[in-house]
Amino acid sequence: MTAPALSESPPAQLPRFRAGLADIVRYLVIGVIALGLMYFVWGLYLAGEPLFAVVVMALMLGIVVVYGARKFYTARFVFPAVTAVLIFIALPVLYTSYVGFTNFGARNLLTFDRVTAYHMNQKAVDRSTERPFALLAADDGYRLFLPGAEGGLLSEIFELDGTPVTLKLQLVAVVPDGIVPMRDVVKFRSQLGAVTAELPDGSDIQASGLRSFAKVTSVYERQDDGVLLNTVDGSTLTPDDSVGFYRNEAGQTVAPGWRVHVGLENFRRVLFNDGIRQPMLQIFLWTVTFATLSMVLTFSVGILLASVLQWEHLRGKAVYRILLILPYAVPAFISILVFRGLFNQNFGEINLILDGLFGVKPNWGTDPNLARAMTLIVNTWLGYPYMMLLGMGYLQSVPAEHYKAAALEGAGPVRTFFSVTLPQILPPFVPLLISNFAFNFNNVVLILLLTRGLPDIPGTQIPAGQTDLLGSFTYRISFQDAGQNFGLAGAISTLIFIVVGIIAYANFVALRRAAEARGRG
Amino acid sequence: MIVEHPRSLLWRKILAHGFLICFIALILFPFLIVLSISFRPGNFSTGDLIPRQISLEHWSLALGIPYQMPNGAVLQPPFPVMLWLWNSIKIGMIASAGILMLSMTAAYAFSRMRFKGRGFILDSLLIIQMFPAALTVIALYTIFDALGNVTPIFGVDSHWSLILSYLSAITLHIWTIKGYFDSIDPAMDKAAQIDGATPWQTFRYVFLPMSVPILAVVFVLSFIFLVTEYPAAAVLLRETDNMTLAVGARQYLYEQRYLWGDFAAAAILSGLPITLVFLLAQRYLVSGLTEGGVKG
Repeated sequence: MTAPALSESPPAQLPRFRAGLADIVRYLVIGVIALGLMYFVWGLYLAGEPLFAVVVMALMLGIVVVYGARKFYTARFVFPAVTAVLIFIALPVLYTSYVGFTNFGARNLLTFDRVTAYHMNQKAVDRSTERPFALLAADDGYRLFLPGAEGGLLSEIFELDGTPVTLKLQLVAVVPDGIVPMRDVVKFRSQLGAVTAELPDGSDIQASGLRSFAKVTSVYERQDDGVLLNTVDGSTLTPDDSVGFYRNEAGQTVAPGWRVHVGLENFRRVLFNDGIRQPMLQIFLWTVTFATLSMVLTFSVGILLASVLQWEHLRGKAVYRILLILPYAVPAFISILVFRGLFNQNFGEINLILDGLFGVKPNWGTDPNLARAMTLIVNTWLGYPYMMLLGMGYLQSVPAEHYKAAALEGAGPVRTFFSVTLPQILPPFVPLLISNFAFNFNNVVLILLLTRGLPDIPGTQIPAGQTDLLGSFTYRISFQDAGQNFGLAGAISTLIFIVVGIIAYANFVALRRAAEARGRG
Repeated sequence: MIVEHPRSLLWRKILAHGFLICFIALILFPFLIVLSISFRPGNFSTGDLIPRQISLEHWSLALGIPYQMPNGAVLQPPFPVMLWLWNSIKIGMIASAGILMLSMTAAYAFSRMRFKGRGFILDSLLIIQMFPAALTVIALYTIFDALGNVTPIFGVDSHWSLILSYLSAITLHIWTIKGYFDSIDPAMDKAAQIDGATPWQTFRYVFLPMSVPILAVVFVLSFIFLVTEYPAAAVLLRETDNMTLAVGARQYLYEQRYLWGDFAAAAILSGLPITLVFLLAQRYLVSGLTEGGVKG
């Protein structure tokens, strides 16, 4: 092969000033990117996310150093890829584990500052200062008018567009024209909320209803020790950092809560709380069973088909091959949903056929064992072509002499397969079988799209299903049904990560061995 | 050639073909049913494999064209399928282009440069990629929720967020491209070096033009993987109009609103192009998976 582009690539001999210009452009680009990222650092810090601010800061420094200094020329090639993996795989894994040690969830979603701000924003209306108002249409805007005994108070012209304004009110003797009718005032409800009117005595009033303005004050006043004092009834709210809630005087927690560290609380719940441990154990066993059976079934079917397809006397291999890998070629999310429809209890085609042939209508959706059988059937359907394709590759590496020898010894096809073929193709298959196991261990997509974990295990504290895998169970805790308990989900995820880590390492060792074996062979 | 008895050979051939044909019939049954359903009128109809009455209503709705029923009522498309398909293709294309750039530069460094931690990074990438993405979606959601406070472009419910998070799906591709780069004769590097080319110029003007086929394969594989990705997309995309096909298709089959016929037509329409691309690319997929994973 030639390298045609080499001869037409003179950039090494470019004039000097071009190189200088290129450097300036490079530093400019780095500068712009760094500034952009600084904006994110600042924004994240303001939003109360110091952890992510630090990560973006590190990213920015990394870019400046790696692309700024000549010394890191080599690193420039690897930096983007490694950074992407670190930020979007490694960081999420670590962060998920970290969340397992907190009470982060739908009830404790905000930061402490935002919870305090929420309470401080609660307003009380002083009914004694309440007085009616009218909105007057003016040339290019509106005026606010508060009628008094004679005449009333009138504001300057302002734009009623929702931006907060403070209006000074002047005493006028006559009632002006152009009062906006009530039905139009209704439309400006939210915009009126941003209007503050300053009375001649210096006090501020705000809209307290559709017809009235009144003095509106914050309900809570923050004391020096962080306790919130209710200025209306004198009660207090005390922040409790151990649970991430304000407590009232009776000791009850008041929503919303904020995120705090709860130590091993979530792990304790997973491992020792009966309402969670029981379904967890059941789900874990099913997950292992599912992954093992899926691996065995797809491998068996795949290898069987590969062996048949490899047979030298068989014609039409190409056509069979294409048809047999179709289940792998169709996007999984479509075929899984197709099966969801086909297995439907009442109008699914599978039950219609079974009903016609044998007069039975199995309850795929509600019977636990049938539902599990269904997931295995669908997963085998989805997974065997992969094993078949790999098997066809590895079968070719078995020397033909071995088959001849077996035939001369009088071995039948079955005997030959188990004594000659399988022992030879199994070693290179081991790493792929391990990663297949790991994949099915976390085959969340299949469960979420096919059964959503249903049918439910009866009598559990949090919704858990008979077909739920650990992964889909966790996903459901985080994003469906049970009110988004990220902390608990994080704890379970951490346990799964440990299992996956062990599997991944085993796979890695197996890969190394396979590579070494190849090197020797 | 092994001598076999002609009679037993014939029987075996019949057996093998019979088995394969039965198996294929069983495997393809779901596809045939779905094709049939897509032409049956209504969403609950049952009937023969070859529909007695052919109706194009589901196909019309899948293409986004309102369908006029014989009784005069007009059916509106339940979901913007074509928009979803477009979203999927757009996100898949942009993210795959990004993935290709990240993985080919990294693969070049891993193949041709000697630096500290090279072996360690390569091994770590292999181990890290086994961690299930589906379980880190909480973190992914939190990250983009936080970024969304700064700018909605990288917030939840934005395509750019999804694309950014997809950029991490590069490990296998790095291994595949590296395997190809490893097979390029080192004399090429030497020649370029003697001509005064920097490593970047060697990569840009020597390696890239020689690797177009493998890069095309990686692009297609990555595209297929991203178009069919579900967990991250399901968490990050909330609005109906923002959804990708993988997320949106789920909307058809809720217990309360079961649009079996509409789903069938939409599934075929949207699944067909992806399937065809896959069938063209599949032979490379397997060699990439086995070679990439095993070459040390």
